[in-house]
Amino acid sequence: MKVTELIEKMRLSVETQGSDREITGCYIGDLMSLALSDIFEGNIWVTVQTNINAVAVASHKEASCILLPKGLKPDKEARERAESENMYILSSDKTAYELCVIIDKMI
Amino acid sequence: MKELSLHIADIIQNSIVAGASVVKVAIIEDIKKNILKISVEDNGKGMSKELLLSAADPFTTSRKTRRVGLGIPLFKQSAHRAGGDLSIKSSPGAGTMVMATFVHDHIDRQPLGDIAGTMLCAIVSNSDTDFVYTHSVNSKSFVIDTKDLKNTLGIKSFSEPDVYIWIKNYFEERENEILN
Repeated sequence: MKVTELIEKMRLSVETQGSDREITGCYIGDLMSLALSDIFEGNIWVTVQTNINAVAVASHKEASCILLPKGLKPDKEARERAESENMYILSSDKTAYELCVIIDKMI
Repeated sequence: MKELSLHIADIIQNSIVAGASVVKVAIIEDIKKNILKISVEDNGKGMSKELLLSAADPFTTSRKTRRVGLGIPLFKQSAHRAGGDLSIKSSPGAGTMVMATFVHDHIDRQPLGDIAGTMLCAIVSNSDTDFVYTHSVNSKSFVIDTKDLKNTLGIKSFSEPDVYIWIKNYFEERENEILN
């Protein structure tokens, strides 16, 4: 499944546009050092991190998108850099748990 | 990072790569003022104005200049999350000083972690670099200067097993003295 399909099916809010990568799985966590070691290429990254460092980690690990729970929005710097790095940042009002339960059934 | 000592390990590594022959690490805990200060100062090659400006930017750093990497951006983020800040002073040829502050009892301040282990690892694996480590908690403090220790013990490195065990115990005893 591709990111655009995920956005449509889960009705996610698109905060930044990115390249439409194939989704390989999902990583949940907010500790950057662990995310840096454990995210696999193509993973959806569910995190409450809304800053530029998250974009750097997602981009470095080639995540398919950053998915923010609880209606969180990326800050200005993260937004600008995600656009230039072609990294999708998505947002939803659901909690991380609710999002991942749905994702688990879809991928 | 789970522990602040891992950030310190990262920053020390920057100093080593920058060719430092002396690295000074200071941890100052002032419980009354509710402040924790961590500084890492080296006499390495220093940073140009341009590199200094981009040092806290994870992209210019992790993508182009591996020397700095995500070390400084993540350290800065940890400080901000705990009500503190991070500053860097550096110029070419004059070394670099990274200083981070934290609100000591902030709920999001990560614990210091295994600082003795972090320092030992740096000391043992970089025998050409001298380390000056200061840790103070309120009015108690201690300093470990590896150059003094090398001279006193008549050794050039701490990697020999018996020397390693000695400095490990020495370190842990000093840490325990100021914490208790």
